[in-house]
Amino acid sequence: MSDERRHNLFARGEEFLTLFRRGAEFTKDLLRENERLRHELVQREQEQQAAARNPEDWSKLRMELKQRLRTLEEECASYRERLLQVEEENRQFVERYLEIEEENNNLANLYVASYQLHSTLDLDEVLKIIIEIVINLIGAEIFAVYLFDGNSQDLAVAAAEGLPPSAFPKCSLGAGPLGKAVASTETTCWDTARSDDLRQPIVCIPLAIQKRPIGAIAIYSLLQQKNGFTALDHELFTLLGGHAATSIFAARLYSQSERKLNTIQGFIDLLTK
Amino acid sequence: MEQKRILIVEDSPTMRQLLVFALRRLKNVEIVEAQDGMDGLRKVSSDHFDLALIDINMPVMDGLKLISLIRGEESLKEIPIVVITTEGAKEDRDRALVLGANEYLTKPIQANRVLAVARGLLELE
Repeated sequence: MSDERRHNLFARGEEFLTLFRRGAEFTKDLLRENERLRHELVQREQEQQAAARNPEDWSKLRMELKQRLRTLEEECASYRERLLQVEEENRQFVERYLEIEEENNNLANLYVASYQLHSTLDLDEVLKIIIEIVINLIGAEIFAVYLFDGNSQDLAVAAAEGLPPSAFPKCSLGAGPLGKAVASTETTCWDTARSDDLRQPIVCIPLAIQKRPIGAIAIYSLLQQKNGFTALDHELFTLLGGHAATSIFAARLYSQSERKLNTIQGFIDLLTK
Repeated sequence: MEQKRILIVEDSPTMRQLLVFALRRLKNVEIVEAQDGMDGLRKVSSDHFDLALIDINMPVMDGLKLISLIRGEESLKEIPIVVITTEGAKEDRDRALVLGANEYLTKPIQANRVLAVARGLLELE
């Protein structure tokens, strides 16, 4: 055998021995781990056997756990009840808030209507404002404002919307549905959505001062998108019945007194010339 | 928070007052009123507005004419417009929306509805 071959054999032998030693070490580690796990297993089994041999401890532990569970369930039930109560309170607050908001909106409408009615002493402007209120706040399409014609008992149209004033018939106090409603000085609603007969309105709002009628607002039809009258509309009817009457009366009085004042001023100017 | 400016173009003083009452509930808004289409056009051309509420039936210049002029102007065409009108028919609504209105409200108005629409278009909370 040559030296080179002998050297190779030696080297391979050394390699083999190193691998063998590593393998042996690994096997020893495995055996140690195995031993440790066996030991632990034996311990657990001994503990389990000890617990099984002493039922009182186990029972005590079970009781404690059960009690704790009951307490937690009771707390949970109480929190659920409280949550339901809070949700109900919240719902009531939301409902109340919506009610108040609607009330606020209604009051704003009534305030604006009243403010506008009393903002002028010119009769034409008062009539224009009444028209605006009936269109924009109530939503009427065809309606007329009737006033008594001088000292007579006849109602004549002073302003109208939807049809020319000449289309609306005159009527007398106490005659026909309109005349009777005016005589009663109470707002009258008929159970119909629209009336093509101009002697029969769907709503008559008498304009009265101290129970004395001076005219009326008669509505014959509503705007297409308006579905009947709301509580606010009825409040507006009441407001118009009183405040519109007062505004018209004040405007007429102012106009008369202005004329008288001008006449007297004219006389004074003549006398002092 | 940046102040928002709202223009109300409406010939009825009663309606203008109602709209102002409703819109005043919004925080940090300034409200400007115009009494007809021409007055509205003057104001919208000379100042910046974040929202315009426009009535249709007005003297001098009606609302539809005003909307088409606003939408025809490069610097104004992005202003959100709400039409407020007595006309409840679908054709009227479609006509206004085709001309460029963003929303269409019919009279008699509900203040809550006006507020909800304004909040949405102004992107307020």
